[in-house]
Amino acid sequence: MSAPAPAALDLTPAPGSAPPTRRVLRHARTEAMLLARNGEQLVLALVIPLGLLVLGRIVGGSFGDLSVLAPSVLALAVWSSAFTSVAISTGFERRYGVLERLACTPLGRAGLLTGKALATAAVVFGQLLVIGSVAMALGWRPAITGLGFVLSVLTVLLAGIAFSGLALALSGRLRAEVTLALANVIYVVLLAGGALVLPLDRYPAMVQSVVGLLPTAALGEGLRAYAIGGAPLWPLLSLLVWSGLGLLAAWKGFRWTS
Amino acid sequence: MSTPVAALVVDRLSVTLGGRAVLDGLSLTASPGRLTAVLGPNGAGKTTLIRCCTGLLRADTGAVTVLGRPAGSAEVAARVGLMPQSTGAWSGIRADELLHYLAGLYAHPHDVDTLVRRCGITSFARTPYRRLSGGQQQAVNLAGALIGRPELVFLDEPTAGMDPHARRATWALLDELRAAGVAIVLTTHAMDEAQTLADQVYIVDAGRVTVAGTVDELTAGDRTLEDVFLAHTHGAVR
Repeated sequence: MSAPAPAALDLTPAPGSAPPTRRVLRHARTEAMLLARNGEQLVLALVIPLGLLVLGRIVGGSFGDLSVLAPSVLALAVWSSAFTSVAISTGFERRYGVLERLACTPLGRAGLLTGKALATAAVVFGQLLVIGSVAMALGWRPAITGLGFVLSVLTVLLAGIAFSGLALALSGRLRAEVTLALANVIYVVLLAGGALVLPLDRYPAMVQSVVGLLPTAALGEGLRAYAIGGAPLWPLLSLLVWSGLGLLAAWKGFRWTS
Repeated sequence: MSTPVAALVVDRLSVTLGGRAVLDGLSLTASPGRLTAVLGPNGAGKTTLIRCCTGLLRADTGAVTVLGRPAGSAEVAARVGLMPQSTGAWSGIRADELLHYLAGLYAHPHDVDTLVRRCGITSFARTPYRRLSGGQQQAVNLAGALIGRPELVFLDEPTAGMDPHARRATWALLDELRAAGVAIVLTTHAMDEAQTLADQVYIVDAGRVTVAGTVDELTAGDRTLEDVFLAHTHGAVR
């Protein structure tokens, strides 16, 4: 019996790019789908934040106060997706040659980064929606004002830019395995010691001024304050500086090939 | 008869990485409807050459012109296909998902199902990329390089890891591609592959072309291509 004939294919060149919006959306959708499919990423994105929320309600006391716990866990979710997930996934994309391949398609480097940013934003939005809903189901009633809501959105946006910029700088320089280890260590260290989940005033007085300079502190303190009707501007200013530093680090440090 | 315009012109290209001259005044050309093979030992600079041609690396001196434009121009991105040497795909994506995604970046891509059948991917189209064998990953990567119907393709060791059946099928596909007018630049260690497929061969060693010609020119006088390769290159193990 003879082998089946190969499928007919007209190989005559007919190059052309899809419209830029379609390319970027296609990329964002693919990255978001892969993130959602990855078990480790889901643990970071939802399981740990939701676990902390439920644990807080079980433990009770000052740790279980939802007016503090809920915005803290929302801040943690932003931190996990915009820093840890971006660093790990980009590190392996560089190592596997995904970046090298896609940078040479019509998507290009700018489209790839835009698509990655959109995918991260979509995941963060989904996290905030799920975690916020669970927190409200557990009894959280944020006393946020209109101004506080706008400041919250800007704070999350700037934190996302700052964290992603730092993540790209890390993943663009180090080997994927080193990025994986380091991103997880930094995640845990700043979760515990970066005023992300614990309010700044619960740290020893001697370290408060240093911890307060961290971008995680700006995000955590900002969301906690806005959720109870406050409207401080320093978290926003701090994150503005950190987002500039993050973008600069990514610009200087990122490499497309391994 | 007019000479076809070169699809690729590499002119005295030099690149230093980590203090080492990886490319050292390398020049070559590739034309539409012809397969240009770049042969060289490990570390000769083949992958660096392709990275310069796709605009991922900048040359210290010299120039690369791709389809009449400087390498890396946005205008030529859709006209060039790349099959990188490394895996080139997310570990968790399925082969057909990757090809549908890549097709979405182009205006007139190949029909994914037809390309999947033509490249022999059908039986593992729904398998995550990380679970594919080396040869299967190569088949998916080749399809990814062709999906946008390019005028020029760079294939970095396209048949490495393929079994003889897949290798012969790939050779047949490259023959069709050439007949359709596509310019093909292929790097390989496989002498039989270059001997069978190449219209023009460049042998590269230590970042420069040491000898070039057609297969007939290089193998004149009963020499094999491997004899020529060994005579014009240095091995990593001596």
